[in-house]
Formats: sequence, structure tokens, C-alpha cells
Amino acid sequence: MSDCYQSCAITGSGGSGAVTAGMLVLEAAARAGNHGLMTRSAGPQIRGGESAAMLRFGPAPVTCMGDSFSILAALDWGNFARFAGEIPLTAETLILADPGAGKLPPELEAYRAQTRWINLRELADALPGGRFNMVAVGAIAACAALPLKAVLDAAAAILNTKGPEVTETAHGCIRLGYQQLPTDGRSRSALPEVPRRWSLSGNEAAGLGALRGGVRFVAAYPITPATEVLEWLAPRLARLGGALLQAEDELASINMIIGSSFGGVPSMTATSGPGLSLMMEGIGLAVASETPIVVVNVMRGGPSTGIPTKSEQADLNIALHGLHGDAPHLVLAALDIADCVLTLHWATRLAEHLQTAAIVLSDQLLGQSRSIVDPPEMPDLPNLPLGRRCAEAVPGSDYRRYQLTEDGISPISAPGLSGLSYTADGLEHNESGTPSSMAADHGAQLAKRRDKLTHFDVGSLWAEITGEMTGAGDLCLLTWGSSHGAVLEAAARLRASGRPTRVIGVRLIAPLQREALRAATAGASVWVVELNQDGQLFHYLRSEAALPEGARSFSRSGPLPLRPAEILDAIAAESADD
Amino acid sequence: MTNPRTNWARTNRASTERAGHPSTTLGAKDYKSEIKPVWCPGCGHFGVLAALTKAFAYLGLPKDEVVTVSGIGCSSRIPAYIDGYGFHGVHGRALALAAGLKAARPDLTLVVTGGDGDGFSIGGNHFLHACRRNMDMTYIVMDNEVYGMTKGQASPTTQPDWSHSKLTPRGTGVPRFHPAAIALAAGASFIARGFAGSPNELVRLLVQALEHPGFALVQVLSPCQTFRPEQKAWKQAVHTIAEPAPADPSEAARLIQGDDGLALGVLYAQRAPVYQPRNQVEAELADIEAEFLL
Repeated sequence: MSDCYQSCAITGSGGSGAVTAGMLVLEAAARAGNHGLMTRSAGPQIRGGESAAMLRFGPAPVTCMGDSFSILAALDWGNFARFAGEIPLTAETLILADPGAGKLPPELEAYRAQTRWINLRELADALPGGRFNMVAVGAIAACAALPLKAVLDAAAAILNTKGPEVTETAHGCIRLGYQQLPTDGRSRSALPEVPRRWSLSGNEAAGLGALRGGVRFVAAYPITPATEVLEWLAPRLARLGGALLQAEDELASINMIIGSSFGGVPSMTATSGPGLSLMMEGIGLAVASETPIVVVNVMRGGPSTGIPTKSEQADLNIALHGLHGDAPHLVLAALDIADCVLTLHWATRLAEHLQTAAIVLSDQLLGQSRSIVDPPEMPDLPNLPLGRRCAEAVPGSDYRRYQLTEDGISPISAPGLSGLSYTADGLEHNESGTPSSMAADHGAQLAKRRDKLTHFDVGSLWAEITGEMTGAGDLCLLTWGSSHGAVLEAAARLRASGRPTRVIGVRLIAPLQREALRAATAGASVWVVELNQDGQLFHYLRSEAALPEGARSFSRSGPLPLRPAEILDAIAAESADD
Repeated sequence: MTNPRTNWARTNRASTERAGHPSTTLGAKDYKSEIKPVWCPGCGHFGVLAALTKAFAYLGLPKDEVVTVSGIGCSSRIPAYIDGYGFHGVHGRALALAAGLKAARPDLTLVVTGGDGDGFSIGGNHFLHACRRNMDMTYIVMDNEVYGMTKGQASPTTQPDWSHSKLTPRGTGVPRFHPAAIALAAGASFIARGFAGSPNELVRLLVQALEHPGFALVQVLSPCQTFRPEQKAWKQAVHTIAEPAPADPSEAARLIQGDDGLALGVLYAQRAPVYQPRNQVEAELADIEAEFLL
């Protein structure tokens, strides 16, 4: 399966243009008819340090980076050692390097024979204002068999805001780079007819999903790697008649969106682990006061400040269990970049309908990666009517905001509506919203807030299930979040080797769809695969008695993303022990 | 409205029919809910609640368009005691919650109520940024220099040598937080001080605060009979400052720094840019989605 893909890593010092080069190659690949995925890696520095763009593209949707790279293009060797673990190479990897940037670093000595030296700087200097990363783009494109026209068109599209001179110079550099490698006639001018696809990052996708779900107010405090959700949303919310408020801290942002949602406007915030910790008190307030809110948590390595620029799936425990008291809420996780659109859309609608808090887990790998995908369709959500279940004033009767109803969902109101006023309260309250410390009120309201979530039929969106089960002993790889991509590829290889394998990517983690999960895993040999040290999803599912006997965990800490081969190795090693 | 001799305590249905204000039949009592306050007998907060409802009645504010937001503490119970929309949130975060509400619903009249601990200790950072953000809301801080709800600990405005708390048996040893001075430095555009035991004066201040476009702080000295019985002496000690209120910050700074903390009236009032998102629809979602097309 991996044979149909091209993969390429572009590395350099921060500011060398590695990420821009990667964006250009990705868009060129898309114009040549490919699907694609680009992840990026950076150190903690603001300027300088190290930077890398890693790409993979091919005729089918790209779910992960694969196991190794076929091309390594080094713009320079500054801090290359820091990338060593992130860019696995093989004997077939071609290294493109500039003699002007110095010798091969010791980590790459073994690949000397596969190194192709190209004078990137010297060639760029031939053109006034020429940049060597553009020469590298040309060389990479030739190496990856991309038509020159696709690369030139991509450069024109990406650089169009910088003026015609910049584009013209970039085109010159790209041509020079392209000429350094044999092209086998690929530089033809006509490009194949390809469907118009989207280029979007996970953070942009999360923002779009929220807008599709109806979010029109966002308050947030910047934090890596969630900030781009906010940067993308700010101008677009304004155009849609909404607003984004930059708060003084996460404590403010979570309370701001509770206020705006109380006002009747679907609201969201985005943060990362340390910010989520600060928001817990506010999320509990949303649960208790039954105010719908959505919190996107773009996970990074933790605990504490951890590794802000790199990925991990280690915030599941706090998302599930961080609230004090009995505080049922929604926890969802997006499975890939395009799925961020669907998951946020669905989460917003669920939160609005069920009048509670939804925590949606994304991660740095999803958030800061860019994908070429078919435009995500609008989901069919027949059981989720648009908007909230609104109260209507009944003359002569008192409105009870927290009325105990059959499905636990009470009709909600908003300031300005006559005859439907109430005080939202984080204190325990009775059906009218009046604070109450009576055991009966506490028990009734706690049960109502639980039951409205557990009794709701969420339909089939709780998980993505791929692969048929043929009989007892078939493999079932159960996973969540960005690990889904690597698991899908591992499963495809297992099937190709004759082993029936099902993949369950869990999108709704709480409330857990226990019965559906049991049905989907019945009789299978289950592995729970995730990117955190001790297997947080595995332990949660075990505590919920949702896994069949003998289920096993494959998990390891980040920040390096899971690769299909290591999942296969783990399964093979365990099978050998059996 | 600016006449200090108006008998605010007698505000009733008839008073709201004055020229320039919406015609309404609501009196102060109409703004009170049927819920009985949890406050101790003699608590100053009763006076603040009464003054607030009188101010609402005077201005003829539609009950469903006023929202009272609070955090935690004795005074933060006020939203439940007002017949209208309210939000009783968590400790210290009322101003943030109100900012989000105002940004989303600029049409509403917002009143934030709380105490000295809620506003100046746990909510201190939000207080600073609410002052500088200058969104249109009235912030009433009922200052009794003590944490009442947790039974008598020192607050940021407690005197450093007050040794009656088990937590600080030798006093806090820390200078007092000066709300007016800090509000001025942080950029508040309206700063006033009232006294729960001077109802007419307090209604007048609250009306001015409610009519001020922007963030209006009203620090209300509100005695705690239970833990600070010596505050009964405030009745004799408070005094009214001369009008008009300074509009120049340096003049206000001199007034605020020079007073004894018991001077009542508007300490500073100035027109300043009010923050409010535009909330105007200029595009459809399809226009946004088209940006992703290659």
C-alpha cells in the first residue's frame, strides 16, 4: 500500500523556509491530482532553532506519515540532531543537500552514497532576491516526479500576496532546482483534470466545524498549539456577525463563553493542556448550570508545560475526570484533519441540544498538519434539531428552567424573553433554579444531568468502524484521535497479509457507547492503540467493563507520532509470545 | 437624574413616568423576587438590594432586559433576589462571564454584583481587565472588609492589623487593596463610592453608574454586622465629596489618594471608548468555506 505514496522531509534552521517549501510541494502535489498530508515540527524557539516539514502524498487519502521517508531535503544542517528521531530513513532514501551548508552530520554518514549534492545557495544567488528554499522546492518536485507546471502554479497561488516580482523570482529558482534532476518528460504544461479539493489544517478544520455547528462567539487565551484555531476564527467570526474576544486568561475565557452562551449564542473556546486545567472549574459551572459550551483542547506533550510544540494524546484522563463532583459531560475526539470539521460540528450540536459542556480533543499532530482532502460533507443529524430546545411562555404558569422532564432536557430560555426569566446557578438548585441544599433536589438534578446524556440516542457517529469481522479471533484495533491514521494503515497491511482486521476509531468517548462498543468488538482479539505513556483509553474502557477478555494495550508516550510498523511489531511480538 | 436632592428612597411606579425615560408601570418591588435572602439581620446588603431595585424602577428598565451576574459570596446571592434574568457563577469570575454576555448580547443592561474578596482577590485579574476593556456594565462591589460566607476571614480590603480571623491571628500585615485607585490606574471610566446606610445617595450613584456608557465601578461600603460589628460606626464616619466629579484622571487620583476611604460620591467620570464587537453579518458560511478550495 505504501508503495503508491511519495514521502519527503524538508529540514532546516528556523526561518530557512522549510515549512514554506513544504506547503508549496504539498500544493503542487495536490494540483497534480494527489491527496496529501503535511506535518511540521519545530523546537520551542520563536525564531531560529530548528524547523521541519514532513509530507506524504499519493492517489489515495493519506492517513499518516508512514514508516520512513523516501526524500530528505536539508536546507541546512543546523540542529539536525534534534530531528533524528522524527525522520526515519532507509537505505533507499535520497538525501538532497547543499555543499554550501557544510558536511553531512554524523547521524547521516551511513547515507553518504544516497546523497545528491545541489548548490541551492549558489543557484539562488544567480537571481536577484532568489531564495534557496525555492530552489530546493524545484529539486524536490523533480525528485518526486511532480510536473513543473503544478509547482509553478502552486507557487503563484501561495505567493500571490507578495507581488508579481516575488512570484517571478520564485519561479526562476524553482526552474533552476527542477533542472538539477532528470525529469522523464514530467515538465509537460498540461495538468490532469482533478477534482477541486480542499487544503486545510486540523486547527482550521476545527474552527470550520464549530462555525458549521452554529458557534458565533469565541473567547480564548493564546496557547500552543491551539492558537491557530483562534487566529483562523477571529476574522471569519467577525464576517459572520459573531465575535472573538481575547481574554486575560483561561479562567476568563471559559467564563466568557458561559456568559455568551447564556445570552443565547452558541459559544466555544480553544486551548491546550495547561489551559484546560485552568478551565475545569468553569466547565463544571457549565455542566451545573446546563449552559451549552464547546471546549477544543489541542493536546501537546504533558504534564505541566511539557512539550508545547509536539503531540501527545495524554489529556484524556483530565477531559474525562478533571471536573469535581458528579459532572457528566461530553468528551469527543477528532480522528483526522477532515474529521475535525465533522467532530466539532457534531459536538456543537450535541452540546446545544443536551445543554452541557463538550470537550473535544484534537492534538498538535492534527491541529498543525495540513491535508489535501475532498471537501467534507455536511453530516446528516436527524436526531439533533438545529438550535436549543427553547421554552415558550405559558400565561399563568411559572417557568421552571430546570424542570425534570422525561429525557432530562429542560426547555432553555435567554435574556430578553418575556415571562421566561431565571437565574442560572452553579449552586445546586431546584427545578426553578432557586439554590437548594436539600438532598432530594440534589439527587434529582444530578440524575437529570446524567440521564439526559446517557438516554440520548447518538446514532452511528460515535465511532468510525472499518473492516469486516469474519470470525472469532479476528483482530480489532481500537483507537482514538490522530493515532487513527497510523492504525488504519497498519490494519490495511494486516488485511493484505491475510489477517482480517477491524478498526474502531472512537469519536464519542463520553458518554461511552458501551453496548455498541461491545457489539463491535465481540469475539475479536482487541488492541487499544494510543499515544500516551500508560494507555489512558485502555484503562478507561476497562474501568467501564467495555472490553472483551484478553484485550491488550499498545501505547507509548509522544511526541513522535505512532508509525504503522511499530503497531504491527507490537502485535507480532505478542502473537509470538502466545 | 443628576439632582442630588431627589428623594430616591421614594422611587415608585409614579417616579418612572418622568420625561426622558421609558413609560413603565414597574416599581422597585416588582424587581424583587420572592426568594428570601440568606443574609444576617442588619446586613448592609439589604440596603444595596433595595437601592438597586429602586434604580431599576427609576430608569424604567424592562425586567427581562436586565441581567444580574455574580460570583460567590454573601453579596453574590443578589441575582436570585431579583426578579429577572441572572447568573450566579463561580468565585471571582463574574466580570468575565458578564463580558462574554455583553459581547454576545449588547442589547442587555448588565449589572455585576459581588464582594471585596470575590472582586479584588480571586477575581483581581478580571477586575483589572474589566476596567481597561470598558465594556458597558455596572459593577457593584459590596465591601465589608471581610469574608462573610466562609465565616470571617480577612479580605483584600481588611486593615493589616485586624486580628479577629483564625487564619490571620496576628493580622494580615499587608497593606489594603485600594479599589478606586486601582480602578483608575487600570482605566475604569466611572468610579464611585456609596454606603449601604445612605439609601438616597446610593440610588443616585447606581442610576448614574447604570447610565454611564462603559465600565462603572460602584464600591459600596456595606457593613457586616456579624463579623465586623464595629462597622456600625461607618454611619457617622461617611461623608459626601463635593460635586461635580473630576473628569481628569490626575485630579481624580489626587482626590482618591487623599481621601479616607469613607468619602461618598462619584470619584471619577469620563467618556472613554467602549469596547463592543460589531456583530454585523457581512458574509455567509459558504464564502468562508470557499477559501479552502485549491
